[in-house]
Amino acid sequence: MSEKIIKLMVCSGKNCSRKQGDDITDALKLELEAVSLENKVQVVRTACFGLCNAGPVVKVWPEGTIYTGVSPDDAAEIVNEHILKGRKVERLLYTDPATGKKIPDEKSLTSLKKQLRIVLRNCGITDPENVEDAIAHGAYLALAKVLTEMQPEDAIKIIKDSGLRGRGGGGFPTGLKWEIARKNQSDEKYVVCNADEGDPGAFMDRSVLEGDPHAVLEAMAICGYCIGSSNGLIYIRAEYPLAVQRLKIAITQAREYGLLGKNIIGTGFDFDIEIRYGAGAFVCGEETALIHSMEGLRGEPTVKPPYPAQSGFRGKPTNVNNVETFACVSPIILKGADWFSSIGTQKSKGTKVFALAGKVNNVGLIEVPMGTTLREVIFEIGGGLPKDKKFKAVQTGGPSGGCLTEKHLDTPIDFDNLVAAGSMMGSGGMIVMDEVDCMVAVAKYYLDFTVEESCGKCAPCRIGNKRLHELLEHISKGHGTRADLDRLRNMSVVIKDTSLCGLGQSSPNPVLSTLDNFMDEYIAHVDAKKCPAGKCRDLMQYLIVKENCVGCTACARVCPVNAISGERKEPHLINQSVCIKCGACYEKCKFDAIIIQ
Amino acid sequence: MKTLKSTDELVKLREDILSGKRPSDNSYPAPGRVRIRVHMGTSGIASGALDVYNFLVTELEKRNISGTVIRTGDMGYSFAEPTIEVTRAGEEPVVFGNVDTFRADEIIEKFIKNGELTDGIIPANFRTITI
Ligand SMILES: Cc1cc2nc3c(=O)[nH]c(=O)nc-3n(C[C@H](O)[C@H](O)[C@H](O)COP(=O)(O)O)c2cc1C
Ligand code: SF4
Repeated sequence: MSEKIIKLMVCSGKNCSRKQGDDITDALKLELEAVSLENKVQVVRTACFGLCNAGPVVKVWPEGTIYTGVSPDDAAEIVNEHILKGRKVERLLYTDPATGKKIPDEKSLTSLKKQLRIVLRNCGITDPENVEDAIAHGAYLALAKVLTEMQPEDAIKIIKDSGLRGRGGGGFPTGLKWEIARKNQSDEKYVVCNADEGDPGAFMDRSVLEGDPHAVLEAMAICGYCIGSSNGLIYIRAEYPLAVQRLKIAITQAREYGLLGKNIIGTGFDFDIEIRYGAGAFVCGEETALIHSMEGLRGEPTVKPPYPAQSGFRGKPTNVNNVETFACVSPIILKGADWFSSIGTQKSKGTKVFALAGKVNNVGLIEVPMGTTLREVIFEIGGGLPKDKKFKAVQTGGPSGGCLTEKHLDTPIDFDNLVAAGSMMGSGGMIVMDEVDCMVAVAKYYLDFTVEESCGKCAPCRIGNKRLHELLEHISKGHGTRADLDRLRNMSVVIKDTSLCGLGQSSPNPVLSTLDNFMDEYIAHVDAKKCPAGKCRDLMQYLIVKENCVGCTACARVCPVNAISGERKEPHLINQSVCIKCGACYEKCKFDAIIIQ
Repeated sequence: MKTLKSTDELVKLREDILSGKRPSDNSYPAPGRVRIRVHMGTSGIASGALDVYNFLVTELEKRNISGTVIRTGDMGYSFAEPTIEVTRAGEEPVVFGNVDTFRADEIIEKFIKNGELTDGIIPANFRTITI
């Protein structure tokens, strides 16, 4: 054995649904002690390798052998064979189902990994404030290639053939959009990057701009060359100060190096980029409202057509794309349309970044090929739900999307499947909910948001959403009737059909999808006046179970409104007319004496 | 740096940085030195990545370890912020999660100096493309 310490890395994220890791770790440690190697070989627990299909895995570091499907019983063999004798335990190597060959190391196993980073390729890797680090990682090579070797039409064709669709929500084919913008003749045209990112809980675009701003700048310049524009504008919310700061630095550095500005790398092509700030209104993410906001007008949408590609910023043809859409462009140019279109499903190509949040262990940003299932995302990449709570629903698409349930878990995620299931891709927020989340409350939460964010220009959205919200409020207070449920649905349909912009056209989606998938919960609210999840305050009570209460007085002391009374060592009582249902006593009680009814 | 005038100049600059011929100000790829990337997007910074960054910069110098500390954006591991990636010369990168200054100290002493791993490593659980 070399003098260098060997390590055995055991995948034992606290979150792993298979939960063998700790036992394997203990078994390995015992075996090592048995042969007095505990000081030479270190066993460490790591988070998930992303190889769950082959899990649990043990990796020998630094040499890199990966053992799969390991159980605690295998510890002896790993220690005796591999560590002591230096022979690989063939039996535990992964067998490639296609070739029947054993795979010895992680590199060839990566095909099992669910995540694929195209958009996030440089996030966490390059220094966003150093253009040379970006160049070292391949930034601006695609721009150079397009400017020196291609006609605009050729580059547009590559983007078209790649099947790239807009990641801002709508999923419009990007190459086609560029082609339309190119065909519209004008003395001036604009390339706009939509970095408004208004969905609550979403932070994909922010992360890309903070981690890899040059990817976006480069793609905007490529787009400019393709459509015949020299002016780029990035519309970003002022609430993203770090992203703004890094963008500014990136733009300055790109200009210094001759990668933006006049005569880019000596090709005679001019393209420069300015930043425009948004005040953070959700509706300003809608492209026509965004353009008006940049023009200094009120951030209100206008009817399409005319589309921005015909008449956009200052009445000139304008191409609006999302941050993530732009971030896909350079790899497509360099690796080709066929490469990109080989990833994903038939109609949705490439990958999608999601902000995974809510009741899921591994909260964070993930990027998966289109066509990955919700189950894979939530239970493998996301590590399942905390505290082993039962999965209830997953919300995709933010305020424009809907709640999907158990039965949708095996649906491959792409633009069309999500719409068919009653939700939508949106920009990529994904919020996981468990059994204690009330679906009426969820619908109400999103309606709250839309009512707040509606610009008020058209009546269905301005008034209709408010009425929807009132109805939901009514139901969650226990005053609802079955007729209210019909009213909810009818009104939702009318709002969708008659609103002017995408905000109103999609705002009833959270209501409709919860009505479709969780009707029983609505019925419990209106018939039995009960909230099954125990979330709607007006439909629940905190009660003290006499038998369990030891009279420790802990609850009485935390109650902020002194609703709890009782003598020391005697069962306590909650005065329901005073209780504000904050749940402080429920959290505090160590004896399970307080229940929710 | 003077303005790049052609594709060739861009490609050459890239090659010079990668081969270490051009001492770029973050010494990519830091031959023979330990390279630490501190993931400093909004999530990382909100969880304390700036303290970790400052700690690493001062402590590497104090403890006479030759290396570079680089600020990057977030990796996306929000559940384990702040995260840092450490690459010892000639080895594959290792990402550590939930790093505070206490853990950073442990990482310097155990891993950077002696190559010993600690619990709480986040393996690269994704495939990625290279350009
Ligand atoms: C209410 C509303 C909000 C929107 N918010 C955003 C947003 O935050 N970011 C974004 O890129 N697109 C947003 N869009 C979509 C844009 O209107 C537009 O379709 C998109 O920026 C086009 O880029 P893409 O083709 O690259 O997706 C929103 C649309 C609506 C109706
Ligand atoms: S649908 Fe709503 S947000 Fe859109 S224009 Fe009408 S009022 Fe404004």
